[in-house]
Amino acid sequence: MSSSIITVENLSKKFIINHEAPERYTALRDVISKKMRFAFSNNKSKNQFKDFKEDFWALRNISFNIEQGDRLGIIGRNGAGKSTLLKVLSRITDPTEGCIRIRGRVASLLEVGTGFHPELSGRENIYLNGAILGMTRAEIRSKFDEIVAFAEVEKFLDTPVKRYSSGMYVRLAFAVAAHLEPEVLIVDEVLAVGDAQFQKKCLGKMEEISSKGGRTVIFVSHNMGVVNALCNKGIFLKQGGLVFSGTADEAVSRYLRDNNKEDEYFNKEKGKDVYLVKAILVNEENLKQVEFSYTQKIRIKCSIESIDKKYFDIGVAVLDNYKNKVFTSIHHINESNTRNSFIDVICEIPQKFLAPGDYSLDIALFNERVYSYEYISDILPFRIIDNGSPMAAYQGVRYGNVFCNCSWYYEDNP
Amino acid sequence: MGEIFNDELVIEAGHSEKNYWRDIWRYRELFYILSWRDLKVRYKQTIIGGAWSIIRPLLTTIIFTIVFNKVAKLQAASASPYALMVFAGMLPWQFFSNSLSEASNSLIGNSNLISKVYFPRMIVPASSVITSMVDFAISFLILIAMFIWYRYLPSINIIFLPLFILVAFIAAFGIGLYITALNVKYRDFRYIIPFIVQFGLYITPVGFSSSIIPGKWRLIYYLNPMVGVIDGFRWSILGDPIYFKGFIISVTVALAFLWIGISYFRKTEKSFADNI
Repeated sequence: MSSSIITVENLSKKFIINHEAPERYTALRDVISKKMRFAFSNNKSKNQFKDFKEDFWALRNISFNIEQGDRLGIIGRNGAGKSTLLKVLSRITDPTEGCIRIRGRVASLLEVGTGFHPELSGRENIYLNGAILGMTRAEIRSKFDEIVAFAEVEKFLDTPVKRYSSGMYVRLAFAVAAHLEPEVLIVDEVLAVGDAQFQKKCLGKMEEISSKGGRTVIFVSHNMGVVNALCNKGIFLKQGGLVFSGTADEAVSRYLRDNNKEDEYFNKEKGKDVYLVKAILVNEENLKQVEFSYTQKIRIKCSIESIDKKYFDIGVAVLDNYKNKVFTSIHHINESNTRNSFIDVICEIPQKFLAPGDYSLDIALFNERVYSYEYISDILPFRIIDNGSPMAAYQGVRYGNVFCNCSWYYEDNP
Repeated sequence: MGEIFNDELVIEAGHSEKNYWRDIWRYRELFYILSWRDLKVRYKQTIIGGAWSIIRPLLTTIIFTIVFNKVAKLQAASASPYALMVFAGMLPWQFFSNSLSEASNSLIGNSNLISKVYFPRMIVPASSVITSMVDFAISFLILIAMFIWYRYLPSINIIFLPLFILVAFIAAFGIGLYITALNVKYRDFRYIIPFIVQFGLYITPVGFSSSIIPGKWRLIYYLNPMVGVIDGFRWSILGDPIYFKGFIISVTVALAFLWIGISYFRKTEKSFADNI
């Protein structure tokens, strides 16, 4: 047998969306009246009755394996099925098809402080929450001091948690969960709360859980930086389907590139004043390309139509993986260029400048800092591949986005 | 934890778990803790706190004694004081009605747990029945005080009382399970329950003796499982006569509800998180 701790095979989960009843729950009256209508109607309206319901596959044919000690990040856009997958894995809801095999105890942390009761004191809530998460009383007792110290709430142990600040509340809740000792810990985006220092502490704790304890962590987040830092494996979900399963790095970059699948920007509608008609990335041979090696020049070819503007500025900004601007370059287009209403302008990024990684572009057309005609963000994703850069040995380490030929010298002999 | 590690858990569609009851056993501590939480929280921010568990049945007993005995001139089936007879019926009825109302709202009241954590769902309604059991124990102390007050000696049959408590438990738990599962999907039951409880107080022989029911209706009357339970309580505490045939009917109905409750609950519990 393999060493997989979790095996997921062809997992699917279907929800039935009821178009007729927008309420959160069904009332008996509606069911009865519908059944009556159904009973007294002919074939034609039978179909109508069926139309009220629509199947929605939140997960479709998902298969993957998780090895012991893996830290798996699940990424995908809202509605991609991440939370549903976690819920199925943690047995909260039943799959519609497929099967999951789990070896070991699973604890899930889908929400901070599940089951905390506001009227109970911190001490009581530790026991309550621990039991809900599957700890025995003996286990909680033996870890009690550790939990309290981690949460930094010693002074308020006997205060009802409804009097806690939200930070204290979250710290206490995470502390209980962090001291669980399951073979598999499932965590849903709970780190989005708490101050930066505490977030760091949580991340550290999660890393410790998996590296020292050899335990498996499954983690859902929208924060790609955190996924990259914390996880070694990643899966990328899209509309309920599995797009990619592999290393966390690769999953993250797939996710980021997927945000804009087009390798070409094209504006079908005629704009006002001045607008970007088309933009593509090409290499020095003027051929379309999206993956560049580090020694290649990158050309951004922009086609602009200027309807009645004689001069304007164009700006191009390069965004990194995390949508932070690496740099911006601005060029002035003057009357001599706009004699034709169609302008093709090329912006060339020098070679050996951008570090290997994934990037995208913001392109803006504006009037000398006064008026922006158009601002198109996060288009034309591209990638720089390391084909022997000075930092090639440090691949996988996030050493920055640009190369800079710095001079190094000693004070004695400048 | 090694032994647990060797277990392989298989989650499959529509596959009911083999280890269902063992799982409940494994989560027994959650069961205590949920009951403890409910008790602890119940009388927070009240002035007289736990005294409410005593005052409610006591006041109802006094009112029933006045209305049925003094005003309607009904008589007890045996020589025991009327108030004692009322209280002997009030005791299981209060337990039944409390557990029914608590259990039927328990899943909805704990919806945040249901949608975020896994545990055998049956623990939630079960622990609310247990919570009502604590109230029952407190009320029982009043019964003892009443015996002393009336200088009345309980019947020797009292050794069989646990049996009738068990029947009351089965009736409350079975019906409670069924209704709480229905309540997840059809919130109508939230409104039906208070009605059943209020209505039930008058059709169940709490303020009067079941012996006043005319002979031809008696068997049908015992379809209400609490009629048998209350008769049993009066038999074991006061030595009142028991209508055995009727009692068997009540027990059968209680067991039937338990079976319906458990099977419906297990059938629907996997979709609770989706519906709640």
